[in-house]
Amino acid sequence: MKQQLVVIGNGMAGVACVEQILKFQHNYEITIFGDETHVNYNRIMLSMVLSGEKAAEDIVLNDIDWYQSNNIRARLGVRIGGIDCAGRSVIDETGHFTPYDKLILATGSSAFVPPIPGVNNQNVHVFRTLDDTRALLDKSYPGCKAVVIGGGLLGLEAARGLQVRGCEVTVVHLMDTLMERQLDPTGGAYLTRKMENLGVRVLLSRQTKAILGNGKVEGVEFAGGGVLDADLVVIAAGIRPNAELARKANLEVNRGVIVDDFMVTSDPDILAVGECTEHRGQTFGLVAPLYDQGRVLAAAVTGNPTAGFKATTPAAKLKIMGVDIFSAGSMDEKEPGVEVVRYEDPSIGIYKRLLVKENRLHGVILVGDATDEQTYKDWLKDGTDLTALRRQILFPPTNGDPGLEVADMPDSHTICGCNGVRKGDIVQAIHEHSITNMTQLKQRTRASSSCGTCAGTCEKLLRAVATDFQQETRTTICNCLPFSYEQLKGIVKTQQLKSVEEVLHVYGNRKGCEVCKPALSYMLDVLWCGGHEEDRSARFINDRVHANIQNDGTFSVVPRMRGGVTSPAELRRIAEVAEKYHVPMVKVTGSQRLDLLGVKKADLPGIWKDLGMPSGQAYTKGVRMVKTCVGSTFCRFGTQDSISTGIELERRLENLFTPHKYKMAVVGCPRNCAEATVKDLGFIGQDGSWQVVVGGAAGKSVRKADLLITVETTEQALEASDLFFQYYRENANYLERTYDFVERLGIEKIRKETVYATEIGKRELLERLARSKELSKDAWLDGEEPVNPTQFVQIQPMEVFATR
Amino acid sequence: MTAETTWTAITPTDNVPPREGRAVRIGNLEIAIFNINGRFLTIENACPHKGGPLCDGITSGTTVVCPLHGQRFDLETGAPVLASQATCLATFPTRVDEGLILVDLTNPRKIVP
Repeated sequence: MKQQLVVIGNGMAGVACVEQILKFQHNYEITIFGDETHVNYNRIMLSMVLSGEKAAEDIVLNDIDWYQSNNIRARLGVRIGGIDCAGRSVIDETGHFTPYDKLILATGSSAFVPPIPGVNNQNVHVFRTLDDTRALLDKSYPGCKAVVIGGGLLGLEAARGLQVRGCEVTVVHLMDTLMERQLDPTGGAYLTRKMENLGVRVLLSRQTKAILGNGKVEGVEFAGGGVLDADLVVIAAGIRPNAELARKANLEVNRGVIVDDFMVTSDPDILAVGECTEHRGQTFGLVAPLYDQGRVLAAAVTGNPTAGFKATTPAAKLKIMGVDIFSAGSMDEKEPGVEVVRYEDPSIGIYKRLLVKENRLHGVILVGDATDEQTYKDWLKDGTDLTALRRQILFPPTNGDPGLEVADMPDSHTICGCNGVRKGDIVQAIHEHSITNMTQLKQRTRASSSCGTCAGTCEKLLRAVATDFQQETRTTICNCLPFSYEQLKGIVKTQQLKSVEEVLHVYGNRKGCEVCKPALSYMLDVLWCGGHEEDRSARFINDRVHANIQNDGTFSVVPRMRGGVTSPAELRRIAEVAEKYHVPMVKVTGSQRLDLLGVKKADLPGIWKDLGMPSGQAYTKGVRMVKTCVGSTFCRFGTQDSISTGIELERRLENLFTPHKYKMAVVGCPRNCAEATVKDLGFIGQDGSWQVVVGGAAGKSVRKADLLITVETTEQALEASDLFFQYYRENANYLERTYDFVERLGIEKIRKETVYATEIGKRELLERLARSKELSKDAWLDGEEPVNPTQFVQIQPMEVFATR
Repeated sequence: MTAETTWTAITPTDNVPPREGRAVRIGNLEIAIFNINGRFLTIENACPHKGGPLCDGITSGTTVVCPLHGQRFDLETGAPVLASQATCLATFPTRVDEGLILVDLTNPRKIVP
């Protein structure tokens, strides 16, 4: 007969505790009650949902399959109204009883709302749950005046999230230092400056007396006078343990539900875990100790021995991109025997303060540079003797042997504080599941899947242990933007960002560089199908003047000659242009076109006009050309009409941009005279069919193209080409050629998502391509209507400078 | 070095778009004027590496990246961003008056590395 285990609370602490219970042999039937209707999600990441860096589904920790596959009854959206300790059952709000043998309280905490008038006005919110987050997303809009009451971790993260959404945000804080529980006044001042640099206004030492408004919020009034207009108010003034149920059941309760070292309440059949608890006078608000509690509880409830729960040094980290704040250990620099070691550099915004007691680290504050966070955490936890390191403690040495750090850790060392994963767990998982990369490691062990700060250590461990370690390619574009290309695409989409400057200002360092600016320009172009705000300053010179810069600062001009087919009239015009503008060299290119080399920037518009031919895009990451053989038009072996097909192919895609250059060829028979098998896309004609091949190369790399599909008609071949082309545009990283792209994704996956995609999937790709094509135009039209008066024209000084 | 300052009117500010540079030839001298979001900075145009036109480079804050081989220069000081490139470029005092960019060509500044 199974015993009934009931858990009240479906949050991080409760569910993590159940996960631990599942690791032991047990005889329970488990029921989890949660008053939110969502599955367990990562509450720490809500600020990232608010800022748009993550979507709600990205922060799910346990999906519904997890509950089902572990035989856990999830009663979501059901609130428990009371506990009958004597009858050992809980009663939900509908009056239904659920009996238990063991009960776990994991009711968490609630946002504290100060007792001031006006908190019931509309558009006054707390920031605690996914529903709160959704409400804030719903109520905020660009230009909205938002006031965040509370300058702690949560308040600041909420403020940044709203500011990223375009709100004008002010943080109002009661104390004279932001995050005063984690920072000293100097650290707080550095943080204030950083927040203000990001565009969040900070008001310190302000007590909110009332929230103004008549049904709908209009402003905030401070004690001692002063009013701030507000369309939206977020209260982030701290949390209170949810201990009401326990109190009503006559359990021992102070601020939280009182538990012993084994997480047992004053009723031996009722245990508690998480933010609702109070252990030795301490309540909890950060996640790491709650996982420790969960492990202890799980052992206790399954009859396994542990040493009991011991509260560890609390560590806090602010999760705002570009504002590194880390704080751990003691804060009190006046404590007897404590020495203060300090470093600050105001111009780059770095501040470090270490408290050292008896040559051991006692507390640490890092602002602006948290790279050594892990070292300090370890020193605190292990009580490392720093006598020999005293000269270097502000800049701890990195050692030359990358494996040494992890080799030095005992198996019991906790690597991921968020998810309570120890070194031993990771090593075991690597072997058991043949893990070779970080993605697998995260999936199997959860290590580094929450805040991600231990990712570096996890990777070192993986590198040291896995027999077949695979480095995952870093896809961060550059140091200007701390996001991967994929993440950034998501942000740009959800935030509706349409210009490079916007992206850099909100998510980057406001400067950008020659690496990220062109990449962002491309990303915006593809995401908005050409409907972005074009910024020529973010483009390489070739794309500002639509010609290829040469080693002497002159340019080369390659007009489009579709399919490599020209006419006497065109050739005559080219010859005349070459003479008229004294073009130093005319050369036949490898792409069956003609190149005019050594042209001055100022001559470009004139040359384009005289040529009367469109741009061949030979200077850009875009559609270059379609090389063709003679085909059935003249060739006695030709089986397909390669020339007219090539010209049509070029017309369909010309003027569009791609992650890297995109070269094509069409050949009329398998003799392959135009080398279609070494192009980004090729059509190879056979009797009655076309082979469509992709991912070929004959440049820096040489690669034979993969067969995408064989089709019977030219129309089908062109559609297959359209599908692959748009799929490459949307899914490749910037500067990734098709030959790398095809190898990275695998041709099977590409087939599935292009030529074998559902009709809807295909239609969507083709529609986006059509929209881009419609908005595209021949770049050389700029010659007649320049984007600015000096795009091509050399500036002549207004005054002649006379040398004396 | 002359003691006096002579400001030469070069061109209306509108002729140098934000975050871009434009070259201007005055006698044997070729300068590049940059518009760093409303602030105008002037530097010698030829990259000391292979003579690349700095006016055509992408800017990163107050740094410009040569379009030919990616050498970087600080527009405020003319100094290369990486110490491994030894040569500095001259910069010229620049101001805006009634919508015109004025450059003091008589007082080039060059820091000696």
